[in-house]
Amino acid sequence: MDATQAVILTIITASTPLLLAAIGELVTERSGVLNLGVEGMMVMGAVCGFAAAYTTGNPYIGILAGVLGGVALSFFFAILTQTLATNQVATGLALTLLGLGLSGLIGESFVGLPGVKLQQLSIPFLSTIPFIGPILFGQDILVYTSIALIFGTTYVLFKTRIGLIIRSVGDNHNSAHALGYNVIAVRYACIMFGGACSGLSGAYLSLAYTPQWIENMTAGRGWVALALVVFSTWLPKRLAIGAYLFGAVWIMGLYVQALGFGIPSQFLSSLPYVVTIIALVIISGNKTLTRVNTPACIGQTFVPDR
Amino acid sequence: MKLVLEKRSEHSEFMTLMSPLLAIALTVLTGAIIFAVQGLNPFEALYVYFIEPLTSMWSLEEVFVKAAPLILIGAGLSVCYMANVWNIGAEGQLTMGAIVGSIVPIVFTSWQSPLALVAMITLGALGGALYAAIPAFLKNRFNANEILTSLMMVYIAQLFLDWVVRGPWKDPKGFNFPQSIAFEGWQLLPTLGDGRVHIGIILAVIVVAILTVLMSRTLKGFEILVIGNSPRAGRFAGFSRKKVVWFCLLLSGGLAGIAGIGEVAGPSGQLQPTISPGYGFTAIIVAFLGRLNPIGVLFAGVMLAITYIGGEAAQIDLGVSDKTAQVFQGILLFFILACDTLILYRIKMLGSTKQQSVAAE
Repeated sequence: MDATQAVILTIITASTPLLLAAIGELVTERSGVLNLGVEGMMVMGAVCGFAAAYTTGNPYIGILAGVLGGVALSFFFAILTQTLATNQVATGLALTLLGLGLSGLIGESFVGLPGVKLQQLSIPFLSTIPFIGPILFGQDILVYTSIALIFGTTYVLFKTRIGLIIRSVGDNHNSAHALGYNVIAVRYACIMFGGACSGLSGAYLSLAYTPQWIENMTAGRGWVALALVVFSTWLPKRLAIGAYLFGAVWIMGLYVQALGFGIPSQFLSSLPYVVTIIALVIISGNKTLTRVNTPACIGQTFVPDR
Repeated sequence: MKLVLEKRSEHSEFMTLMSPLLAIALTVLTGAIIFAVQGLNPFEALYVYFIEPLTSMWSLEEVFVKAAPLILIGAGLSVCYMANVWNIGAEGQLTMGAIVGSIVPIVFTSWQSPLALVAMITLGALGGALYAAIPAFLKNRFNANEILTSLMMVYIAQLFLDWVVRGPWKDPKGFNFPQSIAFEGWQLLPTLGDGRVHIGIILAVIVVAILTVLMSRTLKGFEILVIGNSPRAGRFAGFSRKKVVWFCLLLSGGLAGIAGIGEVAGPSGQLQPTISPGYGFTAIIVAFLGRLNPIGVLFAGVMLAITYIGGEAAQIDLGVSDKTAQVFQGILLFFILACDTLILYRIKMLGSTKQQSVAAE
């Protein structure tokens, strides 16, 4: 394995959690809901995934538990914002605070324990192709899932009736309601899809990225995922490009640190956050790019009149 | 039978006051269940958590030490949220305020006069305000979402602090511990009496008084309310949303900065890699529990400070995890938001309304 290949493999590892969480949030936001609780759902996915995998010894049960953890938190968010019509920004913040606290409590007895690592699923023959084989066909199931999700969401959102309904609910909930669509039900489903993806992303962190439980191990990745959705202008394919770019930045810091140019490690560690801000500024400043695809009803509360 | 929301003709004053109390009651109830599940006597645990901190002089002092930064930050945030400006990076502004304010004791160690303390607090406020100015500028100039930028800047500030205390400002006689020199004399906040309560709590009360007047008696306060509730109406009135964004972020950032320098010049007495147990985030809960009203924030700050102290006490007395306090705080915010629905809406059962309409016919 040469150096380039190793770098590409680590970039994929760093990008996958961002991609998984962001694709879920993209669907949620397309339905007109802004869920700022990604970080909280992700960290719950990480702790539930680790705990279940450690207890059973099976990483796949861990993945399932991670998904359930994310979905459970997103369900609370859905009850509050959809049924009780609360402010989405505040509720999302509450979800993050709750997720960080709850995961710390659940994970307390798992700190420092050796985790169960999710194994690679090498596809026979294909993974032996020189250079691109291990990159494309020697990954674990969550990397494949993340790539399938990009194509899956693109197809569903833009080529199917379900996608049309989701986008209409996100762009004009009053019209969608008048046409007879159940706005609240669509949003419930999209919120919980987002929760499932965030849970997957967290499980990836605690089962594949660093197979152990560390408190607050998401380290702001949930927030970066939220920024990525803005960066992608709500298009799954641009989201994938963005996620891999961000993953590269995340890894670059580590490599530069290893080479040791005498730059303090803290400055390199803050690089992904600085880059996130810069990316947000560039995209948000471009009005044509953002206005075309921004779901028009994002963040607005909808209470059906009877 | 189905529960539905029915909009009230006007928002309920009664529920505005009742909702936080209801939320606290529900949180306590949930807490009792959590304790019971852990095999503890829920009554004893709740006593340790919420009542015991108020029974001894020592813990009462600690409540005020912790309430001071929560009230300072929460008051600023409540003005922000009133205007629909979502500054959630107070933790970062607190950190920057602490670093900039610490220039005085670390660089000008020999300057011992009350003026040195004034300079520290001023620099702290300046540091926090300037740090909050960045998301304000990015919001106004590039329309960049202030929620994401201000939050990203928390991580940057914390890493910067980590570098400062391990690098340039490390105490040369500190046995290589990551901390600055210990502040002395007039470079520490004076305490009230012999205890640990410092003048931070007085500053917090003064700030609450000023903000109360600002929000209820001045044009600026009215502007903030109008822009927050209806930006369109604000534009017709000639109010500038951009100016309100600047004002709110600078104000809340400055107050967070004061809280930050208050922490290092108060309880800790030096810069350390971690200077706050998440005050900047807990203050978000304080702002909401306090009805986004400065006076409400005063009570909410004390309430949340009690959960910090109660959490420590429960850890020692009952062996409960110190994470429980954070869970309580999260649940509390959830319940407040849920109960606030009752201010604007009535919850009705669909079954019973049908009967009413039948009766009306």
